[in-house]
Amino acid sequence: MEPFWAIIIMVLLWQAVVWTGAIPAYSLPSPAAVAQGLWELTSSGRLFKSVVASLFRVTWGYYLAALTAIPLGLVMGTIPVVRRTLNPLIQFLRPISPLAWIPLALIWFGIGDPPAIFLIFLSCFFPMTLFTMSGVASIRPTFIRVAENFGLSRREKYLRIILPAALPEIVTGLRVTLGTAWLVIVAAEMIAVKSGLGFLILDARNSLRMDYVVAGMVVIGLIGLLLDLLMQRMERLPAVIWKRLER
Amino acid sequence: MEEAGEMMEAVNSEEVAMIQIEGITKQYRERRTIPRTPDHTKFNETVTVLDDITISIEKGTFFCLVGPSGCGKSTLLRIIAGFDSPTRGRVTIDGMEITSPSPEHIFVFQEDGLYPWLTVHENMEIGAKRIEDPVNRATAIEEYLEMVGLAGFESHYPHQLSGGMRRRAEVARALIASPKVLFMDEPFGALDFATRLQMREEMLNAHAMFPMTILFITHDIDEALQIGDQVVVLGSRPSKVKMDIKLHQPHPRDIASPELAELRREIYYQLGLHTAL
Repeated sequence: MEPFWAIIIMVLLWQAVVWTGAIPAYSLPSPAAVAQGLWELTSSGRLFKSVVASLFRVTWGYYLAALTAIPLGLVMGTIPVVRRTLNPLIQFLRPISPLAWIPLALIWFGIGDPPAIFLIFLSCFFPMTLFTMSGVASIRPTFIRVAENFGLSRREKYLRIILPAALPEIVTGLRVTLGTAWLVIVAAEMIAVKSGLGFLILDARNSLRMDYVVAGMVVIGLIGLLLDLLMQRMERLPAVIWKRLER
Repeated sequence: MEEAGEMMEAVNSEEVAMIQIEGITKQYRERRTIPRTPDHTKFNETVTVLDDITISIEKGTFFCLVGPSGCGKSTLLRIIAGFDSPTRGRVTIDGMEITSPSPEHIFVFQEDGLYPWLTVHENMEIGAKRIEDPVNRATAIEEYLEMVGLAGFESHYPHQLSGGMRRRAEVARALIASPKVLFMDEPFGALDFATRLQMREEMLNAHAMFPMTILFITHDIDEALQIGDQVVVLGSRPSKVKMDIKLHQPHPRDIASPELAELRREIYYQLGLHTAL
């Protein structure tokens, strides 16, 4: 029950502020109005389409990033020369907000899904690489020595030892970046596309439907929560949890 | 009958290794900026850890290496196993110079070497790589686990086992690779006293069962005298061979027997510990 108290109190406070009339309804819709808006968006099917559009872009950007960043992180973690060469570049690019790339993304990829996917990719790629790299770098040397001792081939060493040994940190990276991706998608959809939750909010603002704006925010929050719960479950898999169980 | 016996000998002498450690010296440059407490080596100073170590080990020997902590026992063992290279000198096993680790020379490290993300069975598979047929491999894994008393724990993860069981699993993983040489660096140091005694006995049994040479590090002099066929005592850094003794007493040995007690006194004396006795 505890997780719900804060939410209930927040909604009550919100309703109280609306009742005092201190803030006009056009700048702060009541919880009831938002619920009404949420219902309208759901029954018209617009909400579902927006969610699917957003998730579609996040999925593409996120998977593209994972498919490139994890191998790169593994290579950087295992080969010091590659690490020394690429690490400064990645450390330099990482703090640049993906939103700063919007103008370039629009010129390079035009209008539509590609620039949004590109921004998601950027927001995930650097942290994923660094999490994987540090995961590999923190592998106990004994694990590598044992693999060499038993004569594991290079392929076996990567697949059976290095990747699984770094997996807990890779999964942490995946969890963190999924949150970031979901954060960035809203902004990305406000500039380049005509669908998705980001566009829904922007469009509602333009037509002064603050109830839709807040309804969109509520849905974004809920989906973000759901994605994080999903990733938390992944952290509890035997292949991942072992690192926390080591003395 | 006699002929058969001789043939067995011949096969065995091919199976097991003969180790020559020739003038091994290991030096390194001190990289710590804060001087190490025991000897206050300053940054960038050259430290000699091992000084001209020469030992030869007959095939099938249970070899024990004792010495004070920090004397380079582990370094020497890692060099013999091919995980580290000497500054001078060389090591040969069966006449072949050692330059890298080999599946024929399995090392059980001081710290936990089981893979925590693999079950006991999957860990055993890493050691059982040489057995190509999957059915035979599974049977062998079952046998070896039963031998170390871990039957029924195949699908457990290492963190679900006690410290002693983890060590047993690791020994089983080493044995299933049927190494010619088994290296053990204070393998039972972290175990409680009773478990340690038991593991000691089990290692003696394993040594009797398998035709392999065992190189065993311990800081426990009694342990060395109890299990070793050959005991080498290293002094403190730069380490030289202080004593190189062959023991022929049968097992189980009485550590209080006059012969062993005398040896024990001698080792303590060599290590400068006579005042403590």
